[in-house]
Amino acid sequence: MLLFTLQKAGSPEDAIAAAQAGARYIAGGTTLIDLMREEVERPERLVDINALPLKDIRVEGEDLVFGALARMSEIAAHPDVLRLQPLVAESLIEGASPQLRNMASIGGNLLQRVRCPYFRMHDAACNKRQPGSGCTALDGLNGGHAILGTSEQCVATHPSDVAVAFVALDATMRVRGPDGERSFPVEELFRLPGDTPHLEHTLLPGELILEVRVPGGAHARQARYLKVRDRASYEFALVSAAAALEIEDGVIRTVRIACGGVGTKPWRMRACEQALIGRPPDRANLEAAAKLALEGTRPLAHNHYKIELLPRTIARALEMAGELA
Amino acid sequence: MNTQFVGQPIRRVDGRLKVTGGARYAADFNLDEHVYAVIVNATVGLGRIVSIDQAAATRLPGVIAVISHLNAPRLAYHPHKGAIDPATGERLHVLQGDQVRFYGQPVAVVVADTLDQAERAAAALSITYAAKRPAVDPSASDTTEIMAEASKGPKAYYPADTARGDADAALATAPVRIDAFYDTARENHNPMEPHATVARWDGDRVTLWSKTQFVVNEQAEIAAIFGIPTENVQVISPFVGGGFGTTLRTWSHVTIAALAARQVGRPVKLALTRKQMFFTTGHRPRSLQRVALGATPDGKLTSIVHEGRGETSRYEEFIEALTAGTGFMYSCPNVRTQYRIVPLDTGTPNHMRGPGEAQGMFALECAMDELSYELGIDPIELRRRNEPEIDESTGKPFSSRSLMPCYDRGAELFGWAQRNPAPRSMRDDREYVGMGCASATYPVLFSPTRARARLLADGTAEIEVAASDMGPGTYTSMTQVAADALGLPLDNVRFSLGRSDFPPAPPHGGSQTMASVGSAIRAACAAVLEAAARNREVRPIEAEGSAQRDPEVAARFSMHSFGAVFAEVGIDSDVGTIRVRRALGVYGAGRIVNPRLALSQCTGGMVGGIGMALMERTMLDARDGRLVNAHMADYLMPVNLDIDRLEAHFVDEEDPHVNPLGVKGLGEIALVGMAPAIANAIFHATGTRLRNLPISIENVLTA
Repeated sequence: MLLFTLQKAGSPEDAIAAAQAGARYIAGGTTLIDLMREEVERPERLVDINALPLKDIRVEGEDLVFGALARMSEIAAHPDVLRLQPLVAESLIEGASPQLRNMASIGGNLLQRVRCPYFRMHDAACNKRQPGSGCTALDGLNGGHAILGTSEQCVATHPSDVAVAFVALDATMRVRGPDGERSFPVEELFRLPGDTPHLEHTLLPGELILEVRVPGGAHARQARYLKVRDRASYEFALVSAAAALEIEDGVIRTVRIACGGVGTKPWRMRACEQALIGRPPDRANLEAAAKLALEGTRPLAHNHYKIELLPRTIARALEMAGELA
Repeated sequence: MNTQFVGQPIRRVDGRLKVTGGARYAADFNLDEHVYAVIVNATVGLGRIVSIDQAAATRLPGVIAVISHLNAPRLAYHPHKGAIDPATGERLHVLQGDQVRFYGQPVAVVVADTLDQAERAAAALSITYAAKRPAVDPSASDTTEIMAEASKGPKAYYPADTARGDADAALATAPVRIDAFYDTARENHNPMEPHATVARWDGDRVTLWSKTQFVVNEQAEIAAIFGIPTENVQVISPFVGGGFGTTLRTWSHVTIAALAARQVGRPVKLALTRKQMFFTTGHRPRSLQRVALGATPDGKLTSIVHEGRGETSRYEEFIEALTAGTGFMYSCPNVRTQYRIVPLDTGTPNHMRGPGEAQGMFALECAMDELSYELGIDPIELRRRNEPEIDESTGKPFSSRSLMPCYDRGAELFGWAQRNPAPRSMRDDREYVGMGCASATYPVLFSPTRARARLLADGTAEIEVAASDMGPGTYTSMTQVAADALGLPLDNVRFSLGRSDFPPAPPHGGSQTMASVGSAIRAACAAVLEAAARNREVRPIEAEGSAQRDPEVAARFSMHSFGAVFAEVGIDSDVGTIRVRRALGVYGAGRIVNPRLALSQCTGGMVGGIGMALMERTMLDARDGRLVNAHMADYLMPVNLDIDRLEAHFVDEEDPHVNPLGVKGLGEIALVGMAPAIANAIFHATGTRLRNLPISIENVLTA
């Protein structure tokens, strides 16, 4: 590990000033410290933001608001979250391990780095780690990699589970930077790799995530997260699906679908949603709509199975959500 | 035999130490003035080191030495082959030349005042290579299989070729036959405790606090490598945090720790990272197998052909029991086995729990299951119809064999009768449910062992053997044996192990510790009681005893454990998730010294079998031999949520022939049989036969 300096921020202003001067934010440290030990991340300065007043979990009308420093485990166990946003709780519980969830902040979760094994190896070319060096995964062992949103430069999958739930639920986030605050959909946080895979998000220099707001509603209460993987815990998704449904008079009135494990960012499945509006949530309709998720997919040498698995996962997640009624 | 304690479910005598952190593992030993060593591993899979630029690393704070082949002393590397080293080939000579034989080979070591400083300097080392493409895939066309030297000839322990009758001719004319290929993945042991060694020199004597399942071999190996008398090496290893075979051999990091300590003139602590454990501490070799069975319509086997290939390195011929069980499992007049190895540009594999049997019995037992469907005969009934009277491969009687009693008891406990024999016929809500079974076997080994017993004036006793306890409960079971032999309460017996200056024990592997060490302790206790009776004044008084298999008995009997394993799986009908809903093993393993520990050991082995069946696979990038998933998040092993109900049961089995204690050992057989039982259950659930391990969601969906 390289030497670094660590300072503690007492206020968001302190933190932002430090970040403007080149420091990286550190909260739970579950991604950053791990990568610093491997020298994949090499910050010279860290600013500890854990003392900032960004930990609350509150209800505003039908919406839930999470401070950026709320821990995954705290949100997952919160009674209001379980009542209003079961999908958020379920996606959190399906992520990582209890130890990691106790440490990891919700803001940090959204900014976690990819799990591509080559990204973590200094002796392998990686455009994300070292722009222009090449992508070892493209022709390598890429069974876990993405089939949507990839480029010739990067095929790594976005690893977050809760981000999939947030994207499905049209969550927004509020950030503060040197020039003040702004809010935008969580979906717009993530960039596609394109020719610049080292740029993963749209935060401006110095910007600090303050909170995430998840709009409520009938569909949010009837929502499930299905994470498909080869072991039952502590594994990233092969494919996951967040599904939220509002069914009225036997037909689907509102539906939200997003998927993980398949895209270079959490992938909203709008074509599937469109196909379901106004239809009864029967198995044939769900399966037909789920197949639309395959549009634009580009499998690699070792991840063809995701083409088979993706629509099955979506259909099943929708069915699970429907059963909550 | 006094059995006041033997046979009782005694709690672990070292349990309190372990749960309170009082048990000291290798890296827990801290010596005055010790410094830290970090190994630098090759980043190419084959080739030569062209240059090492250590200027930047050397300038970093705390750095004491950077040692590579450029400046390392030439070590003696006298010939030495321990009981677990491959018979043919020569072990890796570390830091002795510029050749890179496999990805991750140690090429340098950095010594610094702190671990952080050593890690930083290791990362700052700049090494260039002339690299070639390695061959790492035994199924690829650029590899060639060979016959291992040690497997040549009919007297070989693991013969390359065996035959009785004419299996191929019988197969060709068999009324019913199956003929299939099976592929099992390369696996790494992944014990919880990383390999570690703390080395300290005092003149020309070295002490190693080291993680090892075989202290006397580590002593002899390091003595040979450094060219010093064996008695100048002391190895201390009181606790081993899991092994599964990976610490049977003395790997290169032990040499590096000792070398570094000598170079810098201070004690050195060296612990491997999890990633490094994948590089240089052995692995279960991938296997490629063909099994063909011929049978009459009423299910009598007429032919068994078992051809197996396993990986090895370019520099050593690793062989194991891949086809060893095939000759005696079932009655069949025509059997042919063939065993070859495929040298690759990787490190040498080594024994991993059920070495060879686990993969070989996977193929044979899946084939038997396939045959049962082909014949329309219940798989247990099929085995009953082919139950042999004797070991037909040697013509000897079995010292004991409880395979069918295990099946009968298991079928009853498991509820086998509720199974609808038709594939894809059982459902539970959204899961296809399948039930499968498989046989397990492992030989009963018993190696020469010595033990020392000492009676003290206060009425307590001390027992010493250079044995090991990697988790099965050696401390506890040997205390039980000694307490019974001496007629003392458990609390009055202190059993010590893990020192090379104790009387020598065989490797803590091959399921032979209870048989070998236990029998030697009984002998030592008898000897010390006799001495004490002769001389009632002198205390402490001590005596040694030894035990080994009587060659006359060995010549008369075929000695193996047998077991029947049952698994029930649920396969999600949409997304293919595979869940082991429950599993049950019944074993005929002779006397059970401690049912509590035996249950723990067996369920642990079953968990290992679940890993083998469904998750574990070390993945190598064929372009450069890179290990892609050398990380606990990426190399999948079962977690608690993957383990539902596991049961282990033991049939009563008295075997006076195997050893004085009548024990058969449990470590290996607990894993063998689990993977085929699961694979067979998956077939029953889905109607799709999957022959490659691990079986994943991908396989279920795309088969």
